[in-house]
Amino acid sequence: MSGLLRREWQVALRAKGAVINPVAFLLLSTTLFVIAAPDTVSSDAAAGILWTLVLLTQLLALDAMYRRDFDSGVLEQTLVGSQVPFVAVLTRIFMQWLSTGFIMTLAGPALGILLGLPVETAPAIALAMLLGTPALSLLGSIGASVTVGFSRGGVILALLVLPLFLPTLIFGAALVAAAEAGSSVMPQVYALSLISLIALALAPFATLAGLKISLEMQ
Amino acid sequence: MLGVPPMLTLDEIVCERDGRGLFAPVSISVHAGDYVELMGPNGAGKSTLLRTLAGLHSRYSGAFDGVDCLFQGHRLGLDGLLTPLENFAWFVGLEDQDEDRERCLDALQRTGVLDKAYQPCNEMSAGQQRRVAMARWLLSSRSLWLLDEPLTALDASAQQVLAEIIVEHCQAGGAVVCATHSELPIAQKRSLKLEAFQSKADGPALGGDQSGESFQE
Repeated sequence: MSGLLRREWQVALRAKGAVINPVAFLLLSTTLFVIAAPDTVSSDAAAGILWTLVLLTQLLALDAMYRRDFDSGVLEQTLVGSQVPFVAVLTRIFMQWLSTGFIMTLAGPALGILLGLPVETAPAIALAMLLGTPALSLLGSIGASVTVGFSRGGVILALLVLPLFLPTLIFGAALVAAAEAGSSVMPQVYALSLISLIALALAPFATLAGLKISLEMQ
Repeated sequence: MLGVPPMLTLDEIVCERDGRGLFAPVSISVHAGDYVELMGPNGAGKSTLLRTLAGLHSRYSGAFDGVDCLFQGHRLGLDGLLTPLENFAWFVGLEDQDEDRERCLDALQRTGVLDKAYQPCNEMSAGQQRRVAMARWLLSSRSLWLLDEPLTALDASAQQVLAEIIVEHCQAGGAVVCATHSELPIAQKRSLKLEAFQSKADGPALGGDQSGESFQE
């Protein structure tokens, strides 16, 4: 377990692009929205726009989730050599979340304010993203695992994964909107937590099955 | 060696791809100390058979049973961003072993890439990466090795080291199944030849002939 985490950490330190690119993309695309439609972004749409951009950012990052390990044979070694491949998969998902979802959570409040959301909603944005982004990494991992065998799996990945992201998008945006309206955010907090917990229960097993299928196709 | 269960038993196994059998059914029992050379023309299914035995391919008929194995495929399984030592630390962690730097360095020394110990693997040549992968076998706790064309990209001296490593592993009570096109300079070997799949009407389809002598004490 510690060996797995240490390897992921060493790789993250050496391939900084995987950490910097997603948050840079999110920042750029948010800025584009602000520049392109300065009048509309300060409306109710801001929370929805932010969450949509988070989804797309995650989607871009997901394609690379297992690609390196697949191409280098590390994935094979993990499935053959590991006593519990499940733990290896869970570690990968956790590190993927740390380098995308978690960093986006840190940047989220600032981007929300950039999009015209009131400053008071900043904690709500962070909370929504903290609770919602794990589900994106977990569910996205399923899609990434079955498309890693295709050299150009990006489009199929999007078709597979975006529908799974919908509940997170809906409740994530609703949480921010509720905070903006000054009402209680607890229903959305429960809903997002539930989605992430269900994803946590299912995704590692589904990912493992998906990776086995991908490894078998060659 | 009566009473000692074989490390790997294949029972009339046929690997399938796209619903089609790849080779005639093979049966063999691999015991401790055996070096088995898996031969066959390109496309005969050598890699698929090894992947099946490693648990990476699930479409087959027949049965096999074996102990946990070390698998070396065409993709080496080295993380290019990490140094050999970091790769080893990860690998022995997978097998729930404790890290032992001395052992890692000794293994690299053995395969002649000690000077690359602190260099990321993607900065090495194909042959050097192969040597690093070979050093990793020495660290594995698994007694059954499944090697898929390990001679690829190796120079003459590395091929010699490879043969020595295999012989030592077999003498220490391990077993090796190795898919290869050119025979390794190992005296005591068994060979398993994959032959083209025939329908039952074409006569008995039997593989797993055992030429050479097995060399148990």
